[in-house]
Amino acid sequence: MDIFLQQIANGLLLGSIYALVALGYTMVYGILGLINFAHGDLVMVGALVALSVVAALGGSVPVAVLLLLATGAAIVVCVALGLLMERAAYRPLRGAPRLAPLITAIGVSILIQYSAALIWGKQYISMPELFKPGKIVFAGVQITTTQAFIFALALAIMAALLWFIKVSRMGRAMRATEQNPDVAGLMGVDTTRVIAFTFALGASIGALAGVMVVLYYGQGHYFMGFMLGLKAFTAAVLGGIGNVAGAMLGGLLLGLIESLGAGYLGDLTGGVFGSNYRDVFAFLVLVLVLTLRPSGLMGVGSGDRA
Amino acid sequence: MKSVAKNLTLSRTLLYAVIAIALTALPFVVDATLGRAWVRIIDVALLFVMLALGLNIVVGFAGLLDLGYIAFFAVGAYAYALLASPHFGIHASFLVLLPLGALVAAAFGILLGAPTLRLRGDYLAIVTLGFGEIIRIFLNNLNRPFNITNGPQGITLIDPIQIGGLSLAKTFHVSGLTIAPVHSYYFVFLLCTLGVIFVTHRLENSRIGRAWVAIREDELAASAMGINTRNVKLLAFAMGATFGGISGGLFASFQGFISPESFTLLDSIMVLCMVVLGGMGNVGGVVLGAILLTALPEALRYMGPLQQRWLGQVIIDPSDLRMLMFGLALVLMMLFRPAGLWPSKTRRRELATEKPGD
Repeated sequence: MDIFLQQIANGLLLGSIYALVALGYTMVYGILGLINFAHGDLVMVGALVALSVVAALGGSVPVAVLLLLATGAAIVVCVALGLLMERAAYRPLRGAPRLAPLITAIGVSILIQYSAALIWGKQYISMPELFKPGKIVFAGVQITTTQAFIFALALAIMAALLWFIKVSRMGRAMRATEQNPDVAGLMGVDTTRVIAFTFALGASIGALAGVMVVLYYGQGHYFMGFMLGLKAFTAAVLGGIGNVAGAMLGGLLLGLIESLGAGYLGDLTGGVFGSNYRDVFAFLVLVLVLTLRPSGLMGVGSGDRA
Repeated sequence: MKSVAKNLTLSRTLLYAVIAIALTALPFVVDATLGRAWVRIIDVALLFVMLALGLNIVVGFAGLLDLGYIAFFAVGAYAYALLASPHFGIHASFLVLLPLGALVAAAFGILLGAPTLRLRGDYLAIVTLGFGEIIRIFLNNLNRPFNITNGPQGITLIDPIQIGGLSLAKTFHVSGLTIAPVHSYYFVFLLCTLGVIFVTHRLENSRIGRAWVAIREDELAASAMGINTRNVKLLAFAMGATFGGISGGLFASFQGFISPESFTLLDSIMVLCMVVLGGMGNVGGVVLGAILLTALPEALRYMGPLQQRWLGQVIIDPSDLRMLMFGLALVLMMLFRPAGLWPSKTRRRELATEKPGD
């Protein structure tokens, strides 16, 4: 039973990171109808920038300041990259047939990955141990304070985002653009600016997620954005792509499915399949959701619009 | 009039004869001038031509973006390798295995196609990508509890192609001409490639080919015109997978060794690049794209020493440079020449004009 609860805790933790990355996919998809393939790589860039800052300044400033600086740098770089990407690669293709921006997005993803390989090299970059995390034990479940912090921060970011989209002027403009860009434009919404803002918002949340991944796993790698991005996309689809709250739910659920699945698959199949099939779960979930309920858990309308 | 027509067919026959002689002489000329390594590269290029033509049916004709296409190549390769290597101790004949590999790959094509029939565009892309990864993960892990694929180590000592007691792994000497294995393989690959080109070309203007294009342009309208979109789409997947399976089987016998490493997402993307760069939907363009993109990395290999000489050190690893150029090429092609270097006429029209109501 303890193991079961522990797996649930791990799953929720992992899921909260997936959820944050999924937000970037879902917001862009909601507004542009585009799968921004490169979003996972944006998260990777955020993670590696944070690692570089920590490596450069480690020891000379207090840990809290260091982490803040690293996060700030990651956000700045990611937002700049996100805006650049939108401006150079996606904006000229607005209104083009669907295949064109999708292929462009794959190209951008490869470009970012291998540029990162040039800058940071292809080896794993590990995070130095900045502080000794404490342990929290509750009902037989043990998590570190770092993990608790990540989880709390992820929830806080999600709540803030929901509030922002619901209440603020820009949030209203985002919702209007999502519903109908042309009409929103007629009502005086500067849709080009809204789209750019959406990219920037997604990128900054992605940067935060990147820092969290680094804190969680303790290392970063130029190719880490690929799998993370795929899983986050799955989470977004699971929750109903285009739906912000759905992405959060989907992320948490996917984390749970993966953690429980990988944890119990070996026992259930008598050792035939082991936890090395962990990554298959995300894809199975993806295929199942898309075939059985393409609109996702919280989505409305048909999946046929894809 | 009759003599003009006769002249035309005559010049046509002459043209084909010249092409045939050129293609026959090609490996020997290349061997003599550029060295045997380049003959090998030509062989690989032919394999990629087949792959790209297969993907072209799915992406170019039917407009279904498949990002896991390399999985069919893997299935074909493993089907051949498992049944023609000491791994299981089975050594079946090449003539049986090649159609078998194609058949198995086609079955996988339908397996992938069936659950994704309702999906279009980007969703389909992601699902196929997931499918490709699932196949690779299974190939990597199916060495326990029963050793089927031998896991990451891959399968070695795969039988070379053998036709009626004639093994292509031997070197022959025919009247002063040395025919090394790379040369023999070249001719086998060339025959298969020509077959694939012929089939693709015939399909393009057939009832099925036109149905594929109709689905690409507008699925709803196509089904309203009486096209059974389900079957026709499945056929596109199966047909594309078949070519991938054939190419995979040939690849396995040619290399003598395969491992899951050869079938990653990047390989899928490379084949996609070939199709996109050459010109989606146009057979000639796709062939051109495949040859260009196979030769380019080989040419880039010289960039390492060049950087060493000019800059004093190797700053960009040639294989990374290749990927960077792929990425850049995809973006730039979509921005400036979305129909490819050598586009088909309809495709150019389609990509040049905005689709209303989309």
